[in-house]
Amino acid sequence: MGDFQIKKSGKVYDAIVVGSGAGGGMAAYVLSHAGFKVLMLEAGPFFDPAKHSAQLKFNYESPRRGASTKTRNFGDFDAAFGGWELDGEPYTKKDDTEFKWFRSRMLGGRTNHWGRISLRFGPKDFQPDDGISERWPITYDEVKPYYDKVDRMIGIYGTKEGLENDPDGIFLTPPKPRLPELFIMKGAAKAGVKVIPGRGSVLTEKLPGNNDRGQCFFCGQCGRSCKVYGDFSASSCLVIPALKTGNLELISNAMVREVLTDKNGLATGVSYVSKEDMSEYQVLGKRVILGASACESTRIMLNSKSAAHPGGIGNSSGVLGRYLQDSTGASQGGFLPQLMDRKRYNEDGVGSVHILAPWVLDNKKLDFPRGYHIEFGGGMGMPGYGFGGGVPTMNGQVPGRDGKMKPAGGYGASLKDDYRRFYGTTFGMAGRGVGMARYDNYCEIDPNVVDKYGIPVLRFHYKWTSDEINQAKHMQETFDRIIHEMGAIRTGKQHGPEDMWGLEAPGRIIHEVGTARMGSDPKKSVLNKWCQAHDCKNVFVVDGANQVQQSDKNATWTILALSMRTAEYILEESKKQNI
Amino acid sequence: MNRRESLRALGITSLSAAVLVEACKSKAESKETTTTGALTGGPDRLPNEIERENALEKEKFFTKAEMATITVLADIIIPKDEKSGSASDAGVPEFIEFIVKDMPEHQVPMRGGLRWTDVTCLNRYGKAFVDCSKQQQLQLIDEIAYPTLAKPEMQQGVAFFNRMRSLTASGFFSSKMGMEDVGYMGNRPNRWEGVPEDDIKKYGLEDAKFG
Repeated sequence: MGDFQIKKSGKVYDAIVVGSGAGGGMAAYVLSHAGFKVLMLEAGPFFDPAKHSAQLKFNYESPRRGASTKTRNFGDFDAAFGGWELDGEPYTKKDDTEFKWFRSRMLGGRTNHWGRISLRFGPKDFQPDDGISERWPITYDEVKPYYDKVDRMIGIYGTKEGLENDPDGIFLTPPKPRLPELFIMKGAAKAGVKVIPGRGSVLTEKLPGNNDRGQCFFCGQCGRSCKVYGDFSASSCLVIPALKTGNLELISNAMVREVLTDKNGLATGVSYVSKEDMSEYQVLGKRVILGASACESTRIMLNSKSAAHPGGIGNSSGVLGRYLQDSTGASQGGFLPQLMDRKRYNEDGVGSVHILAPWVLDNKKLDFPRGYHIEFGGGMGMPGYGFGGGVPTMNGQVPGRDGKMKPAGGYGASLKDDYRRFYGTTFGMAGRGVGMARYDNYCEIDPNVVDKYGIPVLRFHYKWTSDEINQAKHMQETFDRIIHEMGAIRTGKQHGPEDMWGLEAPGRIIHEVGTARMGSDPKKSVLNKWCQAHDCKNVFVVDGANQVQQSDKNATWTILALSMRTAEYILEESKKQNI
Repeated sequence: MNRRESLRALGITSLSAAVLVEACKSKAESKETTTTGALTGGPDRLPNEIERENALEKEKFFTKAEMATITVLADIIIPKDEKSGSASDAGVPEFIEFIVKDMPEHQVPMRGGLRWTDVTCLNRYGKAFVDCSKQQQLQLIDEIAYPTLAKPEMQQGVAFFNRMRSLTASGFFSSKMGMEDVGYMGNRPNRWEGVPEDDIKKYGLEDAKFG
């Protein structure tokens, strides 16, 4: 260990951004375009969808026919470099509770493979009036201009609906519903469930004023990332354009250890370990902007201990890591006997949702707070691993070609024919709802465990309560009603109290937020309303960690809007020489 | 019309067209195959994935006799018909050999299930499954291919056949032959304009409206 040393650079950047996803990418984009000299550190390799996407490969080009692996949890062609478990980078759980943490280590992070479902939080999400949810220190009206700018800059399809808590944006044309989705619309209408066109960050038409991105060509493979930049990934839409300004430097495979501070407790830079040469580095910056993902940014802050910040940077309140929230999730599926032997055509559509059901119900009549939206899908997708898995069950539920019932299962020519007959008849629906912010759901530093870089790891403690379980029950009842009204047959199992109505484990929906919440009171929150640490004015958190109480809407569009807002605040404050 | 022009005709912008022409070119050059083939790696693979893929290719799991049984079973499940070839024509046995190495949870149930099949045949017919007559083979399959009708003492066979049937369907319909058979028409640049009018009429969906 004689030559073990820390490599220091004398260069002082205007800002160091940790992480390259939606939050970090947006901050780097705004600051570098404004002339700031920015250094970005990303824990994974460089990734450019134009060069590195597996788009348009057929499943037979995968030896496992598109099945998932330990390193590709969402299928062999999925874009994410990462997963639920990373070699050498463990996390632990406390008191027999459960939490699943999905990490993408790559330029653009999880935005390379996400569902592109892009929903604004509404006025009641920022300022809930249910007497249970906590209010944010900001209102929808304060965030609206940034949502508008994000819509124009990145592009989103949807329709103006005039709904009170699902604000309209500046929309491109949404994709039309697929055949099973038309049945869902009819069934939902009969079941009294409101369904609207989807809202997704996919360029279904040319994005006005942008000549660097291509239009969607409807392969339905957003999860693989898009070679023509036809959807939103932080890599293609934010970081790669920011690099072109010449003001952004990017260091890939840089795993950040901690934020460095001076004797006054102000941030001076960060230290990181390079995964390429395993050397230790320190880089200097006038401001540190964390966008490493909610829990990873929290981990960095908790690990940034000094005399001025004994509990970690930003943790003078003691709530850093607390109020961890993930969305609730439950799902169901079925098939439409009416659609057997349907006509074939290309029904791939877009890789985001074509139709969705917003939350419009009144909680006064319900036994849980807040609500959920439903995402629907169905159609003649590309056959892959698992194809026709339900056919040997479904073929016992409907008459055969001869009009006679037959036993489920089988083999031979008649079974082969059944696989054809049932193709394109199936559909799915997934509820995504509010997980309530609770002090007792948290991540903290595990006192006993470090990762392979010697960085102390996170330990999670998370439990659902009746608020989320009752919500999942309501989801299942709603799914069953819609399926019944569609004239369809359910294929998923009947859920009940024994499996919490199919409620997914915390973390599964990959919407974790809230661990460095903003607030007006420095004793009860980590950040102020500009996402600036109360106790360290030149540290900012621009990922989902800053969110106070999630809504049923996916976090990304709000992360983008708030990161843009924070970046503009940094520009203004630096003009005034406040930071 | 060349490919670029036809993409433009579909309303795909010139930037998209340029990228897609490249993407399609590289695919045309790649080996068209209906059997499995290891990915040789490429820009979308991480080094540890390529390493694992190469290691899996070198491993061998099933014996020659087991592969022969798998081939007979797969072709019983998906035989050749007027529309397409059989499971083995589409490379299903090779796919199953790969997938059990890739997903080790299949290994014991598959190996044990094949053995169960052989031992059952040996007790009944004095021969291993592949050496039985077609009629004898189908007699056994009939007892394990219909879960709701199967006798309790055949449940292990049912469980094995369920797995074998799923893997066969996966392997067949995800092959080039299987995708053509089932009529998958996607994975190519196009414009999705919604469900064709004749289908809307056929299914009476004129009144399907957003709420």
